[in-house]
Amino acid sequence: MSEIDSFIDEKVKNNDVFLFMKGTPDFPQCGFSGQVVQILDYLGVEYDSANVLENQDLREGIKVYSNWPTIPQLYVKGEFVGGADIVREMFQAGELQDALATAGVAVKTPAA
Amino acid sequence: MGVKEAISQKLTEKFDPTYLEVIDESERHRGHAGWREGGETHFRVRIASGYFDPLSRVAQHRAVMDALEGEFKAGLHALQIQIVPADGPVNPSVRQPRA
Repeated sequence: MSEIDSFIDEKVKNNDVFLFMKGTPDFPQCGFSGQVVQILDYLGVEYDSANVLENQDLREGIKVYSNWPTIPQLYVKGEFVGGADIVREMFQAGELQDALATAGVAVKTPAA
Repeated sequence: MGVKEAISQKLTEKFDPTYLEVIDESERHRGHAGWREGGETHFRVRIASGYFDPLSRVAQHRAVMDALEGEFKAGLHALQIQIVPADGPVNPSVRQPRA
């Protein structure tokens, strides 16, 4: 496993909820990353994140690791959940809340 | 052939869609990361096809993005994907440009 794969692997497996994004939760540098941050914050989910703009190896490495060509990318318990479209659709359908609850992640707003 | 036409053609060939809309939203992202003069970097796709029925959301999106691998390599930066019902979206394309 390459160095960047090991880094990604460690992040997604040691954090219940992990977001690869452009910018930071406080200062998203892309609208799509910002949308996912808003949803996670709305749900009161604890998560950690990595800013792919600070690390070119990570920016390319995460696309290969996930077999997914765009950022943001959300992981829950080591499993790839999706990018901004999927996270938003799941949130709107109440499925994201269910998936988080099933994974044992505390959510502030219960599924409708 | 422009990027929009290439996207339409590849998605049509791979999925034989019953509904397909390819919308160039590059201008709405002017100045954002990945944007470039001349556009054709940010697209929205609305597509319906029986191909997607047995697939999970992630697999549906991956299938669309895999079909456009060449476009991503050539500078396609953002692709919003909506898998819609067979005869098109419930709320058709009503998104208006900001005044």
